[in-house]
Parts: sequence; C-alpha cells; structure tokens
Amino acid sequence: MTDEQTESETHRRATEIATGLAHLEGPLLPILHAVQHEFGCVPEDAIRAIAKVLNLGRAEVHGTMTFYPDYRAEPGGAHTLKLCRAEACQSMGGDALADEARRILGIDFHETTADGALTLEPVYCLGLCACAPAAMLDHEVHGRVTAETIGRIAEGVGA
Amino acid sequence: MTRVYVPRDAAALALGADAVVVALETEAAVRGLDLEIVRNGSRGMIWLEPLVEVETAAGRVAYGPVGAADVPGLLDAGLLDGGDHALGHGPTEEIPFLARQTRLTFARCGVTDPLSLADYEAHGGLQGLRAAIAMAPADVVQAVTDSGLRGRGGAGFPTGIKWRTVLETSADRKYIVCNADEGDSGTFADRMIMEGDPFVLIEGMAISGLAVEATKGFIYVRSEYPHAIEALESAIATANAHGILGPDVLGSGRAFDLEVRVGAGAYVCGEETSLLNSLEGKRGIVRSKPPLPAHEGLFGKPTVVNNVISLASVPVILAAGPAAYQEYGVGRSRGTIPIQLAGNVRHGGLFEAAFGMTLGELVDDVCGGTASGRPVKAVQVGGPLGAYFPRALFDTPFDYEAFAAKDGLIGHAGVTVFDDTADMLSQARFAFEFCAVESCGKCTPCRIGSTRGVETIEKIRRGEDVPAQIELIEDLCETMKYGSLCALGGFTPYPVMSVLNHFRDEVVSAPQETPAR
Repeated sequence: MTDEQTESETHRRATEIATGLAHLEGPLLPILHAVQHEFGCVPEDAIRAIAKVLNLGRAEVHGTMTFYPDYRAEPGGAHTLKLCRAEACQSMGGDALADEARRILGIDFHETTADGALTLEPVYCLGLCACAPAAMLDHEVHGRVTAETIGRIAEGVGA
Repeated sequence: MTRVYVPRDAAALALGADAVVVALETEAAVRGLDLEIVRNGSRGMIWLEPLVEVETAAGRVAYGPVGAADVPGLLDAGLLDGGDHALGHGPTEEIPFLARQTRLTFARCGVTDPLSLADYEAHGGLQGLRAAIAMAPADVVQAVTDSGLRGRGGAGFPTGIKWRTVLETSADRKYIVCNADEGDSGTFADRMIMEGDPFVLIEGMAISGLAVEATKGFIYVRSEYPHAIEALESAIATANAHGILGPDVLGSGRAFDLEVRVGAGAYVCGEETSLLNSLEGKRGIVRSKPPLPAHEGLFGKPTVVNNVISLASVPVILAAGPAAYQEYGVGRSRGTIPIQLAGNVRHGGLFEAAFGMTLGELVDDVCGGTASGRPVKAVQVGGPLGAYFPRALFDTPFDYEAFAAKDGLIGHAGVTVFDDTADMLSQARFAFEFCAVESCGKCTPCRIGSTRGVETIEKIRRGEDVPAQIELIEDLCETMKYGSLCALGGFTPYPVMSVLNHFRDEVVSAPQETPAR
C-alpha cells in the first residue's frame, strides 16, 4: 500500500497504458510506442511500471527500449525534423544539405534548438528516393529539400 | 460532375499534393464547378508529381507536375474537359514510362481510390481470394510454387517452397508475417503499394493464411511510413467490417485476423529473424537458423515471413493462374518485378516490368539519365547492401542470377543512380558506417568489423600505405561475408568490394583529392 502511495503520476499513467495493451501478442513495442506518445519519451518510472505489468525484469524493458532508435529517454523538442542521410539522398546532394541544415538550425544531429522548438535527427530512408533529398517534420513529408526548405520549416516551428 | 484525381501517396504529398487539392476546392467553389476529388495512389511517375488526372469521355488525362499556383490557369485552359496546357501529357496510360510497363502487382495502384473496397472489387480485387477459398490449401501452395514467385524482399527464395514447409508443419497456431520494414535506400515499392492499394496486401495475406492454415497475420511496418500505416489501418477496418478478415473469411468458415505493428527505427528488423524478435517485444537481435521460421518462427510457431511485394503479387497469381504469371520473365526469375528508379535520375519512380531488361535500358532509356544532366558514374542496385555497378556492367539483365554472377544483387529492386560528382571512396566508407550504426551486435565481424572498415578507409583517404589497407579491407570483407549470420554484416562487403573492384583507380588516387566530408 505504501508503494502505491509513493508512486509517481508517470508510474500510474504508464501502468494504465501497459495494462490496456497487455492482452496483445508481444505487447512490449506497442506499449513503448504508446508511452512515448503520452510523455514524449520513455521515462525511467514508466520502465518500472511496464516491467511490473508484463512481469519482466526492468533490465529487459530497458534493454529493449534502448535498442530502438525511435525511443528516447529524455523528451525532444516540440517538433522533430528527420533528414534522410541515405544513398539516394546522397546522390542528390544530401551531405551538403545536412551541413546546411546544421548551420541554419545551429545544432548538430540528435540535438534540440535552444528554445526547445526543434530536434534534428538523421533517418536512413523515408521511401521518397525519387524526389530526393527528403525530410519529414513530425509526420509531414518534404521532397527535393533545399536550404530554403529547411529555413521555412525552422521559421514555421519558431526555431 | 467531373472526377479529378490527386494522389495521396507520400511522394505526391512531399511535393505539395495537399496544397493542390486546397487550390482546386477553392477555385471550384469560386467558379461554381462540380468536381469530385479522388485521392488515389501514385502512378509511380514521381517526376510528374503531383500528377493531376481528369476523367473525360476519352479516358483519364494527365497534368503534372502541378503546383497550387498552376490550378487557376489549368482551369482556364479547360482542365475539366482535358484541355491543352503546357503541363498536359495527354491520356495517362499513353505516357511512355507507363505504357511500356507490365503492371500485374501494381495494376490498380494510382488507378483506384485505395480506401474504397468497391473500387477495389470493380478493378479485379478479391478474385484471387475467392479462387483460393474454392481450392484445397495444398493446391493454393502448388499454384504459388508453379508461378515461380520468389521472395521480392531480396533473398529470392521460392515463396511456394516456404509456404509448403509451413503447411506441412503441424501446430496449434501458425502465423503470416508481412515484412514491411522497407529500410533500403532507393526502395519505395512497399510504401507505394501499402498507400496506393492496401487491399491487395490484405488479400495476399488472407490467401497465404488459407494456404498454410494460419489464422493470424501481422504487418510489421517501419515507423518512417506514417501514411502507409494509416492506409493499412483504414483498409483493415473496412476488410473486417465486410467479412474479408475475421472469423469467417468471405463465408469460407475459416478465420484470419490481421494486425499492423509499427517498428521503432531499427534497420536490422528488416531481417526476418530480428523482425520476429521485435514482434515478440524483444531487442531486434538476429537469430541463428536453423530452426527456420517456417518451423519455429513467431512465438516458436510455424511462420511464413514474406515481403510486402511477394504477398501483394499472390492475388493476381491466383486470379489469373500461375501459368499466366510465370510466362513473364527470364531464366529462374519469373513474373514481374517492381523496379524503383531513384536518386539522381531525370525520370524516377516505380517501373514494373518482366524480369530481363538490362540495367542500361533502365538507366538510359527509362530514366532518361541523370537529374543533374551530368554523365552517370555508378548505379547502386539493391539498397545499402547492394553493389555499385559502373557503365561497363550496364548490359546486366535484371534477373537474380545475372546480378549474382556479377557480384551484385537485385535485392528489393531499388536502383540508385549517381552522376560523375560521386566520390566512390566516400560511398564505400558509408557502407561500413551504415553497418556500424545499424548492426544488432550479435556477430563480431559485423559489430566490430564495420567500425574497423571505416577506420581503414580513412587511412586510405590519408594516403597511409594504400595497397596494404586495400588488402586489409579485402580480408575484412571476406571475414564479414562468411562470419555474419544475416545479410547486414554478410552483404556490406558488396558495395565496398564493388568500389574496390570497379573504381580502383579512384580509390588509389583518392588521397590526392579533397575529402567529400
């Protein structure tokens, strides 16, 4: 009972999410997605909660969570810009564009702008290889991306 | 009322299709025009996207690439009657890029409303499933075997043989797993069919379920494809509501349920055993084979793991008969292959054709050369694990065995074109770098060899005893090729060795040149 009382709000909500999805076959990834959707990351408290609901070791949940690049331990910016770094985009000047993007945004990959508006992430292919270079702002896709496109995106999210 | 088609495909959206729809709706309201906008899939001519089509008495007429600002001018020119305009291309089906294709798997993609079951059935949908229901499971498997269909994900394993193994393995539960973790750069056929004709994948999986007596299917889609996920979820809900999925598939008395699962950014999960681990909620670590997934797959049960295109090709095989399908192609590569023309190309997109066209025909004739207008230097076929082919190998026919004979692979049939500004040593370095980033860590040659490979290529760049470094890389590639469980470590040598073999002069002289990054 004392355990219940000292539980954080994160723990409580993560328990709720995990319990709701525990009936799925192989529920861990769907739960991690749902938790990240709720909190913007998978906090340590949520890992404990998920482990308890699924009757797994905390290390097992942590190990799975950290294996996948999509899951974050800390929240990112309000928006995420994924810039493709793979071959089809390289053939259309993707490397130079990546340098431009870093310069325009003033951050490197895996970093967030100082105002917390935008996180820049590399991605290896968005399936937009015939209109390269490609990028995705949250779920909004962009083709034939130029430095101007990056500038417009940054302006649009207030970065 | 005039029907106007504006694609919902992610590539069309990336090039501004939604803004075109808004402009059309706004102008239609102002001008009092009666039009119905259908959000179709893409026809696959990405350089013409957003491709707007108008249904006229003489068939569909195409305009593209259409920007929102072009809409008033197009309407002034009589867009709704198929009027002449600088962006006009005449009847869609007569555009050479489309006219010279053989569309079997992609027959409906771009033609229909992907989320309309009625449209799907009106264009031949569900005929394959109905045929399969009338057959014994072993006969369905035999039909797929007879068609000569091989795994379109890249491995090229005969689909019918895989299915037979699962059918002959008895268990209380079996699974169909669709590998929609299309992570290879230069490939987008899976994405296009999931967005442009999701019912064909659902139908193919249901047929597979009936054939091997599996009652549950999973589609494992990468998280980078939100539009495909949305289309699949919607189509599955419709299929459930109409009894195509569920406890009684089209009144057959047999059950088949389908669930979409979303990946989490790990490239290696495109490898079938790590995909299975991921579905089970584990780290996406590669498993050793045996046991084959067909014997002990998902949760230890017999499992068919097939790529999207393999499964989406099954309905037409059952509907038209295996003989009709296997008439196409060459040698042991039967049927058609949806080739994806990508990178630095003038006319890029999806080109479905019978196996056997040469690489040169594809790059020079179909693509019309590079987007930059510069000469083609190299073509990477088969994604990040595929070899770079120089012009000297452009006579290679698109066929599993022919590419293997040239130390390459067709993989998922992605063709990425590079012009003469490409720095081939950088491309070899990237192959190692990508492997290092994406390695699951199970096999030492892949986990550590990839990083040693990057370092060795940097030594070549600095001009440190180049012949010795090349020898080291050759040895390393040999170790990775034979010492890795899966294709990530095992095939990374393909792009690397192709650069060493076909662009050796450039590698040797690289130190004198400016590094690309």
